[in-house]
Amino acid sequence: MDINFSAEDLAFRDEVRAFFKEQFSDDLVKTLTENDSVKPGMVEWQKRLYAKGWIAPGWPREYGGAQWSATQSFIYETERATAGVPAVIPFGLKMVGPVIYTFGNDEQKQRFLPRILQSEDWWCQGYSEPGAGSDLAALQTRADLDGDDYIINGAKIWTTYAQYSDWIFCLVRTDNTGRKQEGISFMLIDMQSPGITVKPIRTIDGKHTLNEVLFDDVRVPVANRIGDQDKGWTYAKALLAHERTAIAGVSESRRKISEMRVQARAEQSNGATMLQDPLFQARLADVEIDLMALEYTELRALAATAEGKPPGAESSLLKLKGTEIRQTIDELSMDLAGYYSGVVAGEVGSEQIGHSFADKARDVYMYGRASTIYGGSNEVQRNIIAKYVLGL
Amino acid sequence: MNFNLTEEQNMLKDSIARFVADQYDITARRHSVDSEAGFNRDLWAKFAELGWLSVPFAEEFGGFGGNAVDTMVVMEELGKGLVVEPFLSTVLLFGGLLSHTGNRALQQSLIEKIIAGDVLGGVAYHERQSRFELHDVQTSAQKTQTGFTLSGEKTVVFNGTVADYLIVSARTSGDRLDAQGISLFLIDANTQGIEKTAYRMMDGRLVANIRLTDVTVAADRLLGELGQGLGALQHVVGNATVALGAEAVGIMHKLNAATVEYSKTRKQFGMPIGSFQALQHRMVDTFVACEQTRSLLYRAVCSIDADAAATACDAVQRNIHALKVMVGRAGKLIGGEAIQLHGGMGITDELDIGHYVKRLMTINTTFGDADYHLQKFSALGNA
Repeated sequence: MDINFSAEDLAFRDEVRAFFKEQFSDDLVKTLTENDSVKPGMVEWQKRLYAKGWIAPGWPREYGGAQWSATQSFIYETERATAGVPAVIPFGLKMVGPVIYTFGNDEQKQRFLPRILQSEDWWCQGYSEPGAGSDLAALQTRADLDGDDYIINGAKIWTTYAQYSDWIFCLVRTDNTGRKQEGISFMLIDMQSPGITVKPIRTIDGKHTLNEVLFDDVRVPVANRIGDQDKGWTYAKALLAHERTAIAGVSESRRKISEMRVQARAEQSNGATMLQDPLFQARLADVEIDLMALEYTELRALAATAEGKPPGAESSLLKLKGTEIRQTIDELSMDLAGYYSGVVAGEVGSEQIGHSFADKARDVYMYGRASTIYGGSNEVQRNIIAKYVLGL
Repeated sequence: MNFNLTEEQNMLKDSIARFVADQYDITARRHSVDSEAGFNRDLWAKFAELGWLSVPFAEEFGGFGGNAVDTMVVMEELGKGLVVEPFLSTVLLFGGLLSHTGNRALQQSLIEKIIAGDVLGGVAYHERQSRFELHDVQTSAQKTQTGFTLSGEKTVVFNGTVADYLIVSARTSGDRLDAQGISLFLIDANTQGIEKTAYRMMDGRLVANIRLTDVTVAADRLLGELGQGLGALQHVVGNATVALGAEAVGIMHKLNAATVEYSKTRKQFGMPIGSFQALQHRMVDTFVACEQTRSLLYRAVCSIDADAAATACDAVQRNIHALKVMVGRAGKLIGGEAIQLHGGMGITDELDIGHYVKRLMTINTTFGDADYHLQKFSALGNA
């Protein structure tokens, strides 16, 4: 057993730190926080990553990636979250990109990959449907062949950032006769196509991130289908196995805990600070210990991957525990804010109200409820562990 | 970075696993527990023969020179077998203190015998009022012309009934709760003035209260510096806490595996109970709890081995506290679920499940329970 990073890994870590310090600059943070839309700041940041050659760390070099080792990816993610740098928008870079370079044809690779790397195209994901959530394979959006086009009809839901997107990748039904996992095809669809309507969904944090995307006789060229017709489920499943690092969100949670410790020193109760409150201390310590364990659970999975062992159900475990820990922290942060957790700053602003973190803590708590639902609900993750690890 | 065992560590692991599989079933364990010593002396001799008792000792004393990972390997396998023989008390606590306090003459005369299985030891650190605090010491040691005279009572001393030697913490100066003024003495367990009261723990182990009445101890039996014994005691108990965590992980693994297996064979409503989602999800949660505890175990042993002298440093201490909190919390979850999912059979004495659970519960309170370590962990983090 050896938990030390190599000298090369440590040098890499220093390079990452220096890069964030220089490039994740104050003006960029301003663009990110002061705009109504997340898009301008993120595009600017992603272009800086592109210039450094770090926009697609996991991609093979021949497609413009950095081909980092698992350890390098881990170091990068740890430093990123510690520095408070946002993760890249995943839909192009981490989701459809790998599907295109793995299963797409040469024309598709040339057409789409460079524009993903340069953040010229924004992508969104069309998987879930009103009738297909955890049971994703039950999806019913149809694609009917008509000459050189498919005609798409149906609805996708929970589509993050559809309002900013140039393209959507979709799972659609091309055959209804066999098992429900068969007869699904993987399509790349231009969001400007006639017949597409984006309907915003306002969420419990009061924000607009999610959408419903409606398809009414939308024509999509056959050339935009990935791989074979009816084989889309296989491609989508391969995608799910692709991104394993950072799924646990360990560094983000650690950052939240250190922020909370600072906040707890400022919050008063009966003349003492909340950090001196025995019950608060106990709850904070419990979740911190769980997080320290998860950090090593992730390292163990990482070490196994680095040795070329096939990824098992670790990602389910990491997702399950990571999101539970995240929600526990968010809840504690809300409780710490006391009365102020219920105050909506709005136009008045947190400064005039007299409390700094409550408004954000509540939004994070509210939207954070989604983390145990999306990406395969935690109940589905438990089913996966029960089946593939416990053999039940 | 890797979490693999070396070839030697794998051999050690296999050797203990084979012994448990071939010679230490629940009947053999009952025999050990029912023996006059509270364990099987013949098996102890066998452990010595197989070299297991030499693992943590320095090579200069005939030991294997093992690190925290080596000890972890031994303890995890002993845990899986629910082995009651006194490895923790004799090798890790008694042997550990002897090694750590560095009286060479005593080390040379005793460590070899421990490794050979000829000497059994115990460490008497606990008192009626001390709960989990090692520094709460009322037993007194008065200086005399030739040494010391000890008086007081030590309680719940592991292996206290059969140990040939005891290491006793006693106060040579200061008040009851002072960190300074605690000294460690090596005492022949049959010295005049020692009175033992033997009783059992729920895990089957034999322990004793040790009353000391004007016990005479020679000056050269003082271990380490006068009044400076607490640091050594904390260091050795800290390492033993991690080893105990390894034993606990072995037990958790065993309980989870047995429960999953049982759920595949036990049928109700015409199907294996393991096919019910309500039970599957509970078994997933116990699986996750065991993996999380194992992660903290690796974290603790790796941090100790990264710097052997650093057990006193805050980061290592926090890792040890975190592990012990999780051992307590996860242990109760896993133990409780193992009984629940075994149904009525889970509460019988016949099935081994209950015995594993009782050991886990004893482990929780040994060297401080989850709440105690949570407080210590919190104090270090919020300072």
